[in-house]
Amino acid sequence: MRIGFFLRESLRALRRNAVPSFAALATVLVTVLVLGVFIPVVQVTTGAANDVRKRVIVGVYLKSGVTPAQIAQVGGVLRRTDHVKAVQFVSKASAFAQQKKADPAAYAIVDTNPLPDSYRVTPDNPSNVNLVSAALVKNGKPINPAIDTVNNRRDDAQKILSATSLVKATMGILAVLLVIASILLISNTIRLSLFARRREVEVMKLVGATDWFIRWPFVLEGILLGAIGGVLAIAMLLIAKFAVVDSIVSEFSVIGRPNTIDFPLLAVVLMCCAVAVSAAGSGLSLRRFLRV
Amino acid sequence: MIEFREVCKSYESGDIGLDGASFEIERGEWVFIVGTTGSGKSTIMRLLIKELDATSGAIVVAGRNLADIDRKKVPSYRRNLGVVFQDFKLLPNRTVYDNVAYALQVTGAGRKQIRQTVPDILRLTGLSTKLHNYPDQLSGGEQQRVSIARAFINHPAVLLADEPTGNLDPETSIGIMQLLYRINRAGTTVLVATHDSTMVDKMRRRVIEVRGGRVIRDENDGMYSQREQSTDEFTAMLRDDSTRISW
Repeated sequence: MRIGFFLRESLRALRRNAVPSFAALATVLVTVLVLGVFIPVVQVTTGAANDVRKRVIVGVYLKSGVTPAQIAQVGGVLRRTDHVKAVQFVSKASAFAQQKKADPAAYAIVDTNPLPDSYRVTPDNPSNVNLVSAALVKNGKPINPAIDTVNNRRDDAQKILSATSLVKATMGILAVLLVIASILLISNTIRLSLFARRREVEVMKLVGATDWFIRWPFVLEGILLGAIGGVLAIAMLLIAKFAVVDSIVSEFSVIGRPNTIDFPLLAVVLMCCAVAVSAAGSGLSLRRFLRV
Repeated sequence: MIEFREVCKSYESGDIGLDGASFEIERGEWVFIVGTTGSGKSTIMRLLIKELDATSGAIVVAGRNLADIDRKKVPSYRRNLGVVFQDFKLLPNRTVYDNVAYALQVTGAGRKQIRQTVPDILRLTGLSTKLHNYPDQLSGGEQQRVSIARAFINHPAVLLADEPTGNLDPETSIGIMQLLYRINRAGTTVLVATHDSTMVDKMRRRVIEVRGGRVIRDENDGMYSQREQSTDEFTAMLRDDSTRISW
């Protein structure tokens, strides 16, 4: 009986205050929409950055004409080096096959295989890449006679690392600003619509209504507005996902296709945010007017 | 029923609302509180509905000291009071029926009880044909009847009316006073703060006059104002009744 009464009260309020309600709904909708775009974008960029970080490797190129025993010996040395996570052997033939696949036109005119045997050494942490390459070259000479050169990609690695941390920091700041802005926007909209109704609250108090008796319909109103705004925004995101994002993703396979949050999970998170923020917003904003 | 003992109320702005006011009102009495604007009439009303707390002194209503009622108990205290204001204080987006029903809903009354009680009280106040109108579709007198119906629906022991006829023409005012009188006759203590001198003079009830926050006069069968007549006024009154100076 009570819940039914409160629900009817909040529906009545929504009907009778159509314009402020619409404003609040539009605010929720826009905020959820922006958040819904923002979360996957942040994930794609940090995912891409992580992807690049994972590919920070040290290339160890062997001299031509080394024997299988020497190859195995070098492999053993590399595995025993500090800060090495994984060592992968790439033979002359497989290197040639890979490059041919990546650039068929250029390799079509090459008759013989100019590529050496090589090892790809992955450091345990991308920032340790310099330690690994330094350990393999002592006084400008490789530590094993079978090694021709150690590809010290110091500059590349450094650039990638600073770029990824910059991207992360920027995204973090943007996300915080956006969340603050949306909370302010929603609570301001709700406060405006409440301000228009403060006389109503005053009268209710004079008749002997308790704080929560007055508050519940407002909170329910906030929940309803948040839910409607959230559902609309999620529907729009869904359409945008099918119409735009999915086609782009299948056309260009962006850096391996980083993991983003599943759409259903994203929808649930957004929905909870929309409902919680608008319910709390209307409940808290009411405090001021309940002091009669 | 209502007792003020040396009640003082000073506002944060430094203004003094009441300055040692004392009076006692018995159960079932009808009392007018008169005085100019700023004399302390409204302060008395606002103290009684516990919108304000007294700075010092004691206010006792139906055996309860208002200072002992904490914030959480205020709503249930207010349900035992009926309040009527000059500006009606109706909920603008509710019909007449819903406005009156709201006073029952806050007490947790069931739908069945509401359906039984509300039409009765509206019939008593002469609003049977306006059940589904909104306040802005009613005349001032009708709106005041709605607020009286709302004030009386819980059958309170005390009914407070702050300038109930302040916005109404004399003829409509008579109807409102009749209604309040009927409620008083049913045993409810009625306290009316008013400027309406003709009404006070005609009704000849107990009058408490406040000025500067003090009770300066408290008499049964009182007039709105009691002051020395000047010789001119006295002569005018004797000569011709129609030229009587109104005060």
